[in-house]
This record gives sequence, C-alpha cells and structure tokens, in this order.
Amino acid sequence: MIIRRLGLLLVVGSVIVMAACGGSGGGGSSVTSVSVSCSPSTVSSGGTSQCTAIVNGTGNFNTAVNWSASAGSISSTGLLTAPQVTTSLLDTITATSVQNQNISGTATVTVNPTSAGNNVAPLVVDQGPEPQNFISTNVAFTTVTVCVPGSSTCQTIDHVMVDTGSTGLRLISGVLQISLPGENGSSGNPLDECLAFLDGYVWGPVVTADITMGGESASAVPMQVMIPSTSSPPVPSSCSSNMGMNEGGDVKTFGANGLIGVGLFQQDCGPACTSQNSSPPNVYYDCPSSGCTETFVDLSQQVTNPVFLFPTDNNGVLIQLPSVPNGGSPTVQGSLIFGIGTESNNGLGSAQVYAVPDSGNNAGNFTTFYNNNTYLGFVDSGSNGFFFQDSSIQICGGMNTSWYCPTTSPDNLSASNQGTNMNSPVTANFSIENADNLFATNNTAFSTLGGPFLPGCGTGNNPACAFDWGLPFLYGRNVFTAIENANVPGTNVPGPFVAF
Amino acid sequence: MKFLSSDRCALAVAALTLLLPLCSWATLGDNASSVLNDQARMKGTLRSVDNRTYVLHEITMPSGAKVREYVSPGGAVFGVAWEGQFPPDFKQLLGPYYEQVQQAMAQQENAQQSGDQPTRRRRGPVVIETKGIVFLQSGHMRSFHGQAYIPQLLPQGIQASDIR
Repeated sequence: MIIRRLGLLLVVGSVIVMAACGGSGGGGSSVTSVSVSCSPSTVSSGGTSQCTAIVNGTGNFNTAVNWSASAGSISSTGLLTAPQVTTSLLDTITATSVQNQNISGTATVTVNPTSAGNNVAPLVVDQGPEPQNFISTNVAFTTVTVCVPGSSTCQTIDHVMVDTGSTGLRLISGVLQISLPGENGSSGNPLDECLAFLDGYVWGPVVTADITMGGESASAVPMQVMIPSTSSPPVPSSCSSNMGMNEGGDVKTFGANGLIGVGLFQQDCGPACTSQNSSPPNVYYDCPSSGCTETFVDLSQQVTNPVFLFPTDNNGVLIQLPSVPNGGSPTVQGSLIFGIGTESNNGLGSAQVYAVPDSGNNAGNFTTFYNNNTYLGFVDSGSNGFFFQDSSIQICGGMNTSWYCPTTSPDNLSASNQGTNMNSPVTANFSIENADNLFATNNTAFSTLGGPFLPGCGTGNNPACAFDWGLPFLYGRNVFTAIENANVPGTNVPGPFVAF
Repeated sequence: MKFLSSDRCALAVAALTLLLPLCSWATLGDNASSVLNDQARMKGTLRSVDNRTYVLHEITMPSGAKVREYVSPGGAVFGVAWEGQFPPDFKQLLGPYYEQVQQAMAQQENAQQSGDQPTRRRRGPVVIETKGIVFLQSGHMRSFHGQAYIPQLLPQGIQASDIR
C-alpha cells in the first residue's frame, strides 16, 4: 500500500514537472528512450542497490526521470531499498521520463532472503560419525566452529547433536584438536562439571570458546569438554552415583561428536548452582589436584546456550526439518535457524505458542492430554521417538522391546497440548509405525517411531509418566524454542516457550 | 501443580501432617524406622502422611526438589518417587537396588548390541522392569521425574501409579 501511494505521488509530481518543462524547453525536443541499470543487481532482503537511468533524446530534452519499484522502495535519486523476503524475488525497477511519461526503461534486481547463510546452520539426520555402538536413529546433527577466544585457532566440528532438551555446547575430548582454555572457579582451581541425563551422565572441564554456528558467533562462551572416566580429574563419587554410565567418554558411546543444547534456558544449571542455593548441587566442581568437590558457580561462568550470547538473533531458535514419509528416509536435511521473529526467515507465523514454567520442578513442561490422562509434555529433539504410554499399542519383541509395533501400522493417533498461556488445548496428530519394520531398513530418519513408558502410566496422572515429543514430532513442522525472559516479535508471551 | 495434589492426598494430609525440620533418608527396601533414624543428609523438611494403606514420607529440599518414600503397613519402604531440577542421589535413595537397576540397564544395552547386527538405541525415558525392581525416569535438563518400586512389596490395593 505504501508503495502504491508513493507511485501516485510520483505521477502527480511528474505532471507538474512536465508542465513546467514544457514551458521552458521550447519546441523540437523529445525523449526517445530510457535505459536503466542497478548495481549490485543482486541484494539481500532489506539491502540497497543504486540504480541509474540513461535518457536519450533529441534537442534540448529533459533528462529527469521518476523512479518506481515493484517491491520495496526507491528514492528520487534511484536508491533502491529491497523488501524483506523469505524466498527470492525479482524486483522490477522502472525509470519513467519526466518529459514523456510514455517512455520508460526497466531493470531487475534479484532480492534473496537475507538471512540464509547468516542465521542458519545446517541440520542433517544421517548415520552420524563412525564408528558407533548403535545405528544412528533420529539424531539431528549440526556443525559448530569453536575457537580459542580472541584467536584464529579454530576447529570446525560436524555431527554435533542438536538438543532442545538441554542447554550449552559439550564436545567429546577425543574430537577436539585445539586446546581451549579452562575456566577456574571462585577458588582459583579448575572448574569441572557433572551433568546428568536420563540414562547416564557426562563429566569434564568447563572451558571457554568463541562459538560460530551458521553466520552467527558468540565470544568466550562457557562450554564443556566431555572426558572418559579414565581421564583426569577422576569422576567424583557424587557424580558417578547418577544412574547409568559416563556417556561422554568417546564418540562411539555418545553417538555424536558433541551436543549443542539450544533449549529454553540461558544456562544449563541456572540459579540452583549459584550461592542463592543453600548448598551446591552435584553439578559444578572445584577441582584442585587433591580432588573435586561441589562448588557454586556464577551464572556468567556456567555452560551457556551460545544462541543467548549471539549479538543478534539471540532469543531462541527455529528448527526446520522436512516431512519424512511413512517408512522413514535414509537421510534428511534441514535448518537450525537462530532468532525468532528477528529476521525474514524466522517469524512465528501461525505457530501456536505454548508457554512453560521457567522454574520449579515442572520447568520447561506444558501439559499433554492423551487418552483421558494428563501428562507433563515436552518437545525434545534429543529424544529419538514419541515416548508415551498407550497399553493398547503392541510392544515389539526381540531386541526392540522398548519400541512400539502396532498391529495396524500406521496407527494414527492424536493428543492435545496446552501451555500456561492457553485456555484450552490444541490437538496434535501423529502416527506410529511398526518399529521392527522401520528398523529393517537402512533409514536413519523416522517420523513414526514411538516407544512406551510403563503399563501403569496410562492412568493416574503420574508426573513420572510424561509425554515426550521427540525428534519425529519435528519433521514437517516449524518448531520454535524461546529462551527464558526473551522478548519475541509476534507474541506478547515472553520466553520460555515452545511454539509449533 | 495439578499433578501434585489429588483430592485423596489432600484429605490424607489433613488427617495427619507432621512438619519436621528433619533431614532423613531411607533407602528402597529398608525398614521404615530408617526414615526417622537416618541422620540428616539433606537440609529438607519432612512431611509424613498416613493414609492407612501406606505411610508417605515426603522430603522437600530447599531447591524445591522432592523425594517421596512409601512405607507399607509391614514397615518396608516399597516405593520412591522424585522430582526436581536434577535426579536424586540414586545410590542413597535406591540402596542395594541401585546396582540392580545399573545391571539391568547394562544388560539392556548389551542385549541390544549382541545381535548379528548393530541395533537402534532408544534415546528417551528410561524404563527398567524386572521381577525385583521397576524403575522409571523421564524429563529433561531442569526437570526430572521418576519412580521406583519393588513389585513384591507393593501392599494390596496399591497401584504402581500411586507411587508418584
């Protein structure tokens, strides 16, 4: 609308100018042609290009032109400001002779989405790094560059697992070929971290690195190097008392070269690991040579979501993965897009926002309703299936007893989800296929893979029985995770939230 | 919050609530007396609820994390449940059953690897279901929830979903 109105003004203006010129130009002058060129001829979303017009004519003709553009805006001197675009667009620039409005020339400027390459890191679901103990299944990987802070000593590491269920970068020590400086705790000793996951834990020093993903960088970000239990410092007993084993010892056990947590929180631990708490939990450790003991760590020294520290596009991420057909795909590629509503390629659009608590025992969870039971629900790209309890779905036999094998496959199901900002839940449809059949292929991406909790989880609203919307849920959807306290253009709900 | 206060529980709390600035810890399978006799390890508050079929001892830590221990009329801790930003100290909470769960997890993993072909790892909630112990843990960073119980010790009329 703005552009059209501008065009009307230009026409009105040119009529006045024509009348003026007609008076002073005398007889015998005419404009024969107008040619236009713009430099550069390709610009990014919102970028500028200078256009010039050459007016040919006879006699004492008027060389003035009026500018117009089919998209974006153009000044009276021919400076084009390109529109914001999400897909490439050809912008037609027209210069019309002031003396003779019937004579004009055009040029085209290609406008590309700005941010592609800028705030986008690649995602791939594939077999992962070799060798591995298992066949990689529904793990989304990206590529991360880490540098010694302030230096050009850098390493680019592929096949880093993308996890919306955790926070911060963790790399396997055996993969790292550069030496990143370790953080010291308040006592001046090296700072190490023990981090529990559901089925194991990781252990190792906290270091700092300049981290680049896509075209975005953050400086001196606290991150973790995950070391084997045979390395030093040894795993403290209060760390090994977690369930499961040290999973971060090598790539073959971990199934990735590292983990990048782009979840809902700024730091992995947050206030619970600062002196606000009465005693430090078994997360951060002060590690003099005599041994490691739990310690408080300020927020600024905790392992931090690098996205939160980007200069721009730092309020969250958008994960875009294509649809995966029933039966699965050998590999799929997508995008890890930084920022929400900050660029032309990361707007919330019609996505529903599901606000979640930022603290307390249910932090990060919305509510999922399924089969008349209520669950804590969460979207976790680090989970590789839909994990929920439905005793009517058959469980696989043999080696696959932790997966569903519905007799009617695909089994089309639906649940509904409600955030703390919503008055009623919104339905989400999904399907489960027979995992025996899925796993008989060489595919690594499955949109229909699911597994059970316990039979007792189908009733009673037990909070131990969650609804885990894992990576299959992300295929074919735009899924956003907004970081705690973040403002997000397009909604008045502050982070943390998920949207899809 | 909806999850944490069923009507039945609220009634039971009204019936008998002990608020003790006491740090206590029993382990799964232990005698109930250990709940009260254990020396303080956590700076938590203890709330005990007798609902006739079992006694529930709920320890709330300063962080807000909670551990609940379920004691049968016979006096045995037959189940535990937990929720919080981190998992609890399982060696302490599960006692001798800690090793059973660890072994079951290792067996699960080995079984998956012992076939002719490498198999698919489940990355998600942990479910261990053996005759001796049932263990479930779900969640993500900043929010862990779980339960463990000894099937043989479940009092009559108690469902697994009651351990929460």
